[in-house]
Amino acid sequence: MTPQWFGRSAARRRGGADLVVVGAGVVGAASAYFASLAGLRVVVVERGAIAGGTSSAGEGNLLVSDKEAGPELDLALYSQRVWREDLAEHAALWEFEAKGGLVVAASEPSVAALRELGDHQRRHGVEVRDVAREELRDYEPHLSPELAGAAFYPQDAQVQPMLVVAHLLRLARGLGTEVRTGTEVTGFLRDGERVTGVRTTGGDIPAGAVLNAAGTWAGAVAGLAGVRVPVLPRRGFILVTQPMPPRTVRHKVYAAEYVGDVASSDAALQTSPVVEGTDSGTILIGASRERVGFDRTVSVEAISALAAKAIALFPMLREVRAMRTYLGFRPYCPDHLPVIGPDPRAPGLWHACGHEGAGIGLSTGTGKLVAQALTGRAPDLDLKPFAPDRFPDTEPDTEEVPQ
Amino acid sequence: MARTHDVAVVGAGPAGLAAAVEAAEAGLDVALVDGAAQPGGQYWRHYDERHARPDDRDGHHGWPVFTGLRERLRAERSAGRVRYLPGRQVYLVTRDEAGAFTLRTTASLGEPEADAAGEVTARTLILCTGGYDRQLPVPGWDLPGVMTAGGVQALLKGHRVLAGRRAVVAGTGPFLLPVATGLARAGASVEAVAEANGTLGWLRDPVGAASVPGKAVEAAQYAALMARHRIPYRTRTVVTRILGQDRVEAVRISRVDRDGRPAGPVKEIAADLVALGWGFTPSLELALMLGADTRKDVDGSLVVAVDGFQRSSVEGVYVAGEATGVGGAVLATQEGRLSALALARSLGRPAVPGRMGRLRAAIGRGRRFAAAMHRTYAVPSAWTEWLEERTLVCRCEEVSYGDLRRAHDDLGAHDPRTLKMLARPGMGWCQGRVCGFATAGIAACLNRRETTAEDLRPLSTRSLAAPVTLGELAALDRSRDAQDDQ
Repeated sequence: MTPQWFGRSAARRRGGADLVVVGAGVVGAASAYFASLAGLRVVVVERGAIAGGTSSAGEGNLLVSDKEAGPELDLALYSQRVWREDLAEHAALWEFEAKGGLVVAASEPSVAALRELGDHQRRHGVEVRDVAREELRDYEPHLSPELAGAAFYPQDAQVQPMLVVAHLLRLARGLGTEVRTGTEVTGFLRDGERVTGVRTTGGDIPAGAVLNAAGTWAGAVAGLAGVRVPVLPRRGFILVTQPMPPRTVRHKVYAAEYVGDVASSDAALQTSPVVEGTDSGTILIGASRERVGFDRTVSVEAISALAAKAIALFPMLREVRAMRTYLGFRPYCPDHLPVIGPDPRAPGLWHACGHEGAGIGLSTGTGKLVAQALTGRAPDLDLKPFAPDRFPDTEPDTEEVPQ
Repeated sequence: MARTHDVAVVGAGPAGLAAAVEAAEAGLDVALVDGAAQPGGQYWRHYDERHARPDDRDGHHGWPVFTGLRERLRAERSAGRVRYLPGRQVYLVTRDEAGAFTLRTTASLGEPEADAAGEVTARTLILCTGGYDRQLPVPGWDLPGVMTAGGVQALLKGHRVLAGRRAVVAGTGPFLLPVATGLARAGASVEAVAEANGTLGWLRDPVGAASVPGKAVEAAQYAALMARHRIPYRTRTVVTRILGQDRVEAVRISRVDRDGRPAGPVKEIAADLVALGWGFTPSLELALMLGADTRKDVDGSLVVAVDGFQRSSVEGVYVAGEATGVGGAVLATQEGRLSALALARSLGRPAVPGRMGRLRAAIGRGRRFAAAMHRTYAVPSAWTEWLEERTLVCRCEEVSYGDLRRAHDDLGAHDPRTLKMLARPGMGWCQGRVCGFATAGIAACLNRRETTAEDLRPLSTRSLAAPVTLGELAALDRSRDAQDDQ
């Protein structure tokens, strides 16, 4: 099937794999699934447990609404098709819900900006419905009457991301993939420049190719191969409320300023409310963003701001109790685009990482594209904007490192 | 700006009361935060003091110790050395750059209020957060009429309420005896005490009797009470199933072998109340929030690791009482006193010679006794064999044993944290307080190994130590208000 695919039979002969995937998060799981579907023998190595990093620290957003035209929107729209078509039969396993996103604006100027963004997105394949002030409560009965208008994005959807990871890995195992948890990559096997496998705490694994899907920790994995991939952590908190009656909050509801925060590179704390219900009845309130390294202490400032802004959208939330808060580290690159594709600086090494806060949504498209490229086919989407060597090799990281 | 106390004591049970009183008497400025409306904790829980009756002290041990501590607390409060905040639960503890701790509290009784009245700042902490009944799931345990042994006791002591008429008390440990005799004294017919382990109590425990002689007297008193009320005490016996349509109607009990495997005749007993207790689970939320080191204790619970002066691994954080290992009220009181004296000394207050040494010796004996008790009244290793596919493990989220098994077998959830993420045990209202120990045990059992501290830790850790309204959280960051006002 794949004559141009290098090293495959050789690595298999040596008791190894066609592909070693480093990281059992959502991107690693999706890549393993599509690669095994394409006929590759895959081994997934994970130093912790499955879905143990950022994949278990988000809301499970599949958003197109927060993206402006460009490579990320293209990847988001492509991933939408993968979620809804390639993976349609499994949707219920991971609580896929095409609930739609409602982006609300507090003032007339902000509504105008929202309309402008909507027009622009429509031209690039996003479905957008303008929602007038008086229609707001038809969408969300508990919304504050103070709001000025909104835009509704029917393509926005939600999944339970840990279940996505677990089931994609289960399906991949059914196709011959082996998942080794508690196994940390300590280095790479090399044949000259070429990467020919990984060294792990559980022994060497020869491989035709190695995919770095280590998320927020992908920079360190790349470093083991001597290449620079500037993936850095951006901390986010989410508040979880007590279980509420079904459909208390019906869509993903967020404030218009969220789009600006996502694209921002500011290190300081930013919070824009994203409020949504879940199958289990809890309401999730995200999402703060700040660059503080891997600091896991609860930030009073962040959770307080999240609560205040969620109440501004839904005044009824004031009396609702938060049961817990959790935090995660989004893997982001300086240009806010993921890193996907082969690394010319270390042939045999591939990357699929740096998806920032959109990794759940973008994972399936990423996995399918990687599998296509790995098996020598032309990927459905041009991977050039995501090229691993697009960053200067020598640029110091100082600006990206928190104080 | 609120004052910064020398120490904030969390919890006003045996350990916390002793710690607060000792610290104040040593000259420290103390804040005492407690979830209940009046001091005493679970152990000395009693009816509203404003409507006290002489028989409220019946069934209480060490009541004069409590009233003594309460008197001293009153004196220290009037002298302005203790700020006492009852009815407040700490939901968050943080530490600022200068090293001072801030406790954020929410009303545990009455209406929540969004102000800073419940905020406490202190240079050091003594955490005396106690524990609560450890539960193991069993088919039918979610029927109305099934309660924790401690819950039954709390209704009796705190509210003068008898939870049923025909009771079966089951589980393991000496705590089953005061619950059974308390029920009998209040007029219930106690049909059986089912003790999973083989001994007849403290009297036959040579280590126990030798370490703490007073306990032997206590045991003899219970034995006499059990006999007087004609309560059958069945050892090596467990409740394997609780029967009933809409509420408890009967229990099925079975003789078991040393590991807890059903190994003998099965008997049904009619009952409308089942009180279950499998020892206690310490409340570690605040200690874990601060990053204190923990360990697995002899009884299988996660506890805070402390040194010989009750110091945790976190600078300035002392821990006393059940949170350092379940050992009962006498030991807790001693630990509370020691922590306060050690803290006072570290803050430069003069120490009374010999006092700490005597306390440390007593605590050493108490710990040895507790360890012997834990070994005698262990949770049977084969307890998961009582479970059926449909038995609920997590009642908040209605997660069954079968759900957990499938998450393990099909989805690769090999550790409790992954099990929690994929099957949701511990994700509901109680945040794993009830099912955490069981979930860790099931995860270990599915992987054919013993539970470890690493299994227990994610199920004991809670990002918020108590549910709190979003309105209260929103009011936390006053610097943001200042910005908004500009």
